Formats: sequence, structure tokens, C-alpha cells
Amino acid sequence: MSSGDVLLRLDGVEARYGPVQALRGISLEVPEGAVVAVLGANGAGKTTTLRAVSGTVRRSGTIQFAGKALHGGPEAVARAGIAHVPEGRGTFTELTVVENLRLGAYTRRERSLDADIDRVSKWFPWIPDRAHQPAGTLSGGEQQMLAVARALMARPRLLMLDEPSLGLAPMIVREIFRIVRELNEREGLTVLVVEQDARIALQSADTAYVLEVGRVALAGPSDELRENESVRRSYLGY
Amino acid sequence: MADFMQQVVVGLSSGSIYASLALALVLIHRATGVINFAQGEMATFSTYIAWTLTTNHGWSYWPAFAATLILSFAGGVAIHQGVIRPNEKGSVLRVVIVTIGLLLAINGLVTLIWSGEVRAVQSPFPTRTIDIGGVAISIQDIGTIGVVFATVVVLWLLFQYTKVGLAMRAAAVNPAEARLVGVRVAWMLSLGWGLAAVLGAISGMLAAPSVFLDPNLMAALLIYAFAAAVLGGIDSPIGAVVGGLVLGVGLNLLGTYVDFVGADLRLPGALLVILVVLLVKPSGIFGKTEVKRV
Repeated sequence: MSSGDVLLRLDGVEARYGPVQALRGISLEVPEGAVVAVLGANGAGKTTTLRAVSGTVRRSGTIQFAGKALHGGPEAVARAGIAHVPEGRGTFTELTVVENLRLGAYTRRERSLDADIDRVSKWFPWIPDRAHQPAGTLSGGEQQMLAVARALMARPRLLMLDEPSLGLAPMIVREIFRIVRELNEREGLTVLVVEQDARIALQSADTAYVLEVGRVALAGPSDELRENESVRRSYLGY
Repeated sequence: MADFMQQVVVGLSSGSIYASLALALVLIHRATGVINFAQGEMATFSTYIAWTLTTNHGWSYWPAFAATLILSFAGGVAIHQGVIRPNEKGSVLRVVIVTIGLLLAINGLVTLIWSGEVRAVQSPFPTRTIDIGGVAISIQDIGTIGVVFATVVVLWLLFQYTKVGLAMRAAAVNPAEARLVGVRVAWMLSLGWGLAAVLGAISGMLAAPSVFLDPNLMAALLIYAFAAAVLGGIDSPIGAVVGGLVLGVGLNLLGTYVDFVGADLRLPGALLVILVVLLVKPSGIFGKTEVKRV
């Protein structure tokens, strides 16, 4: 809940896939310790916004992280302290659960990761039992949770989640958002979450941005957006 | 029976040489989806380095062996960074053609440096045989099998238990994802090329003492290795090893006991294996049926 300094700032960020311009000047702020949601329809540029931050798409404009300009590809962005869980379960399906977790901590130098694995297992208590199972044999919800757990292994300053609800049962989606919310409240984790399901995202986020064809159409505190009926109807579709 | 067992061991020995080169092909195919046609010529080059160190510079065998492995590793990394990586943005076919170009270039380079003369290569193992339960087994065969076995174990430990091994596997199965967790994928692929060059060097150095060294040392071996890799499953490291051993034993037994096969029809036999596997079960013994990711 507490919102301190701005951790991530995008200013006039543009990105394109070949001839298609996906972002037409996005500006947004993620305060330290906040949960920020990016909402919008398919093709609005939500995923591309995260990809612009992690450097997996060619971008222009300014991106500042912790007061410094963020440059380079995903390897550099990961080292800067941003963990990106991409759309569609960011797991290595052929590797085991524990190998996925070890990879999550790839940028860190610690020799033993046992303490960290214990720490993320508190959030996802099924992990120790499944440690040596290939990630591909987990259920969709478990894979999504593993992706979050793997991101936590990096001890990131910013967690970016891309559409965690995709293809999951509502109960599992609520569980995932509950965990994200608790991670924020108890560990002070800053979260930037892209979500198509505006209703659940607005319940967990402090502030939200609504994108429309590559631009920010609307921004504000989640509760205000939630209570404004015309906003809900025209932008959020519920 | 003793004769049969003897032929099995001989087959295992040549099979482990196939396995080593097949494993090199598999490592690169897993990581980049291409067959490295230059794998054999890289191995020939490495073998010449070992020959030069022992024959011209008076090194004893094992230090020369180790130095060759280190140089081969560096060479494999350099080839990936210098020649393959700049072409990886293009199609798979482009990289394949580059490896064919490398095959010709390295073959020419070897002839230029060392001439086409046929050289005898010393073996680190004595050629005499020992008697195990009535079966006469040559120490050279046991040594060859032992070296390849040790190599496979070391590789397995590397991939299973080290951070860099895990990162190499991650880079091979899902490069986009690997970059997101901070793995420098291009360098992992380079390490893969380095390891493949080491495996090739081992197969070349183990093969040379029994067949003599000339610039085309690995030409036929590459076919056997390819057959072994296809048989085991082109993306399966275990498959490459098992495929190599099965092929080595199978072809040796065929050559020994089926009169018309003899020594001459072994290579066509390997080609037949490639053909049949690709027709009947393209994924090989250990390969998974390919599932296209969306």
C-alpha cells in the first residue's frame, strides 16, 4: 500500500513490430512498494509495454528504473533487478521444478539457494513435494505459480506479471492475485501486472492504467476506476 | 561364443567413437536446430594438433591430449562467435550452408598445413590383449570405451549439477525465457560449440591410431555419427550414446558374420540405418515426438 519514490518510469515509450506500431508514446509510473495494473483490450499494447521494459522488443523513449536509464536486452534488465514473468506460463517445461527455481536465481551469486527455495515454498507449499518433477507435468495454475516463484528467486525489486489469469480457472486466478497482494504487503514487493481481467486486477492494484491502441487512455487509483460506471462500461467491459 | 563376445567389444569400441561424435552433433542440434556438417573436419583438425604436439614437439600422449582438448574448446567457441553467430539471425538453412562451407574450408586448411600425406598416429594404449573369461580383449578397445565413458559422465555431471550446465540447457530448450532470467544465451551456445569441438577431438584422437591420419579421417565417421544420432534421437544425448554403441556393435557383427556385408558394406549399412529411422520413426529411439510450440 505504501507508495514511496518512483521505481519505474516510462516516458513517451514507443515500440514497433516491423511495420506495426504497438506503442505510441506510453508514459506511466510505478511507485516503489505499489501494485500497478495495466489494463486494456487485446492488442492495446499491454504485453508490449512489459516487453519494452525488459528489452525484448525494440523501443524508443525513456525508461528509468531506480533513477537510472534502463538500457540493453533482457539479460541486462534481469541483472538490474526486474523479474519478468511472460505471458503463457514462464516456465521451462522440460526442466524440473527445482531447476526452474535455480534458474530464477541465475543472476545471483550465492552458492546455496536452499534458504531462498524455503522462502518461496512458504508461498507455494506444494513446491517441495514436486521439486523433481518436470515443470511441464504441473497443472496450468501450478505452472503459473512456479513462474512467479521462479521470479521471486531473483529477489527482484520489480516483478512484472503478464496476464497471470490466462487460461486459468477463476478460483486459481483469485489465489494467484491473493498471493501477489500478500507478497506486496508483507515483503514490500513492487508489482507491475498486465491483465485483461480488469475486475480482479482492480481489486489487487493500487493504481491502474488503461491502454487503448498503444496509448494511455485513462489512469488513476484503482478504487476510483472501479467506482466510475462509465469508465467501467466503456473501457473495462464489465 | 568367445569370438562373438570379442566382436561385441570391438563393436563397442568403434561404437563409443561414433557416440562421442554423435554427442557433438546432438549438443549443437539441441541448442541451435542445425546439423553441424563441419563437426568431422573440426575433429580432424584437432587430431592433427595432437599429432603435431606428439610427433614434432615431443610431447607425451596425455599432455598433448589435454592440450588438444583445450585448444579445440577455444576453437569451437571462436567458430561459433566468429562465423555461426553472425548468421544465426537468418534461416536455419543459412547456418547449415555455413557449416558446409566450414567443412570445405577446414578440410582445405588441414591439407594446406599438414599436406595430404597419410600419417601413423601412436595410441596411448598397448595393442596387446588381455584375457577376460576366455575372451581376448584388446587393451586399446577397453581404453577407448573407458575414455568415452568418462567423457560422458563428466558431461552429464556438468549439465545436471552446475549452474552453467543448467543455463546451457535452459538456453537450448527455451532461449527467450532464458534471456529473461539473465542467461547470456549466445555465450551458452558458444560453450556448446566448444564442448562439441572437445567431443569431436576425443573421437578423432581415439579413431586415428587404428585407421591412420589423413585429411579425410572423419569423413566416414561423420556418417556413422549421424546415423548414431538419428538412431538415438537427434535431440537426445543419451540417444546419441546408445545409438553409437548399438550401431558400432550391430555393424561390426554384421560385417563379421554376414559374408556379403564384410568390411565394405558397413558405411552403406549406416546410411540404411539413417534412411530407415527417418522413414519409420523420425524421432529415433529416445527422441520425443516433436510438438510445435505456438
